[in-house]
Amino acid sequence: MHDAALLLIEVGAVLLGLSLLSRFADKIGISAIPLYLIAGLAFGVGGFAPLDAGNEFFRFGSELGVILLLAMLGLEYSPTELITSLKRSRLAGILDAVLNALPGAACALILGWGPIAAVALAGITWVSSSGVIAKVLRDLRRLGNRETPTILSILVIEDLAMAFYLPVLSALVIGAGFLAGATALVVAVLVVVVILYVALRHGKVISRLFAAHHPESLLLGVLGLTMLVAGVAQQVNVSAAVGAFLVGIALSGRVAHNSQQLLAPLRDLFAAVFFVFFGLSTEPASILPVLLPAAILAVVTIATKTLTGYRAAAAAGIGIPGRWRTGFALTPRGEFSIVIAGLAAGSGIEPRLAPLATAYVLLTVVAGPLLARMTDTAWFRRLLAARGTRAATIAQSVDGH
Amino acid sequence: MSVRVEKVDLPGIGTRHDVITKKGRRIGVVSHRSGERELALFGVEDPDEAIDSIALTDDEAAALADVLGASLMLGQLAGIREQAAGLFTEQLLISAGSPYAGEVLGATKARTRTHTSIVAIVRGADVIPSPTPDSPLQAGDTIIAVGTRPGLDALARVLTDG
Repeated sequence: MHDAALLLIEVGAVLLGLSLLSRFADKIGISAIPLYLIAGLAFGVGGFAPLDAGNEFFRFGSELGVILLLAMLGLEYSPTELITSLKRSRLAGILDAVLNALPGAACALILGWGPIAAVALAGITWVSSSGVIAKVLRDLRRLGNRETPTILSILVIEDLAMAFYLPVLSALVIGAGFLAGATALVVAVLVVVVILYVALRHGKVISRLFAAHHPESLLLGVLGLTMLVAGVAQQVNVSAAVGAFLVGIALSGRVAHNSQQLLAPLRDLFAAVFFVFFGLSTEPASILPVLLPAAILAVVTIATKTLTGYRAAAAAGIGIPGRWRTGFALTPRGEFSIVIAGLAAGSGIEPRLAPLATAYVLLTVVAGPLLARMTDTAWFRRLLAARGTRAATIAQSVDGH
Repeated sequence: MSVRVEKVDLPGIGTRHDVITKKGRRIGVVSHRSGERELALFGVEDPDEAIDSIALTDDEAAALADVLGASLMLGQLAGIREQAAGLFTEQLLISAGSPYAGEVLGATKARTRTHTSIVAIVRGADVIPSPTPDSPLQAGDTIIAVGTRPGLDALARVLTDG
């Protein structure tokens, strides 16, 4: 068969399958990410129906998927929101980083994977999935809840922290050593500060490059600039994803709003391709041996994430049920963990990292939203109420003596 | 009689305004950046949880505001928003703690400092259209202002913090 024809057939069939999966995920109320990953596993190396001609498409599409995921994230937040969140939830952000990155790092060291894999796994367990969590909050109609700003602030800080973390990891995985990692960090900090400053003070200047009301030129222009900056960033080892994120932040106002709507379908397409590709390049058989560490890591980091959220909500003056809602809502890991794992796996520092990350994300992304729903159930409320009365009784008896 | 109104940012989504009633109940309005609005009702047992939320279109929100006694003027102002992109109207409350409660409108220097235009003052059932710099401001007044998003945000800060 002709190569181009084969490519169209393979890619078409996969996309068609993904559409069904996405619909199914929506129906049963979960994120489509785990299903995309499983689909990738099924079609990949050692899967039951390996793809062949479509591989190049999926490779490039997945690069684009990462860039679009990050660019959209940058577009979503205004520079003011980033600064305010940073000011208000700095402590929660630090606690979040310490509590959730350390278990990952420790796990990699215990498994004897070395310091670079430890940095990668720390990132994988640290960052929650903004995409999955935003969807859960919407689905459970919690956007109006008083704890929601706390949840969102933590997500904003994590996403901003990625702008510093990813360049360091990129420098480390190409074997440039810790000194180069430190240089990358300094460069990233400077670039992010400059971009934030420009976006805050002169956001209109960058946005003026584009015509907000001309969809076609806006789409091509923003996509072009994003890819260009991502490419340049990659070239100087600051990670393409971070370049894209910064373009997103630098754009503001109507240009940002309109390009968000224009890029959303592209993001959906290529992000799906990215998750499938990640699954494709992971051998299903390699998951089994790392299933136990992944499960232990999932349990531990779900607990630490819940603690993070609980403490952050408590500091924001939220009541006990709201603290549990905050904690559980933050537990799903998703797109970012896969982005990090992809970055680390691509350079081949540890072959077992990608399967572990796959299993880990599959576990948390399914368990997280279920835990988030649990706080709405009658028995959980009864449990909290019972604990509340018991605590009150104890307090009373203490007062009495 | 001042009413407590809280404004909270929802990064990536929009903003939420809460009105807290004298009896301690909370009503929230989530304004999505995309223009959607949601009315959230808070529970008694758990004051942090929105027990229900109702999505409102522009027209429904306007109708609700009308029914609740806000002036007809708001409906007319909603038209302005559609004509001029990037321009918003907003209602801002003069709280009892505001440094301008008891001052005249001109004291805020809102036009020069924030480039917003204050088009009306709503006091109880009365509406003072096109107020002049020497129109008095009282705690509990609602100001209706037209301006850009950053301008209105700046005005809100000016009115609370001076």
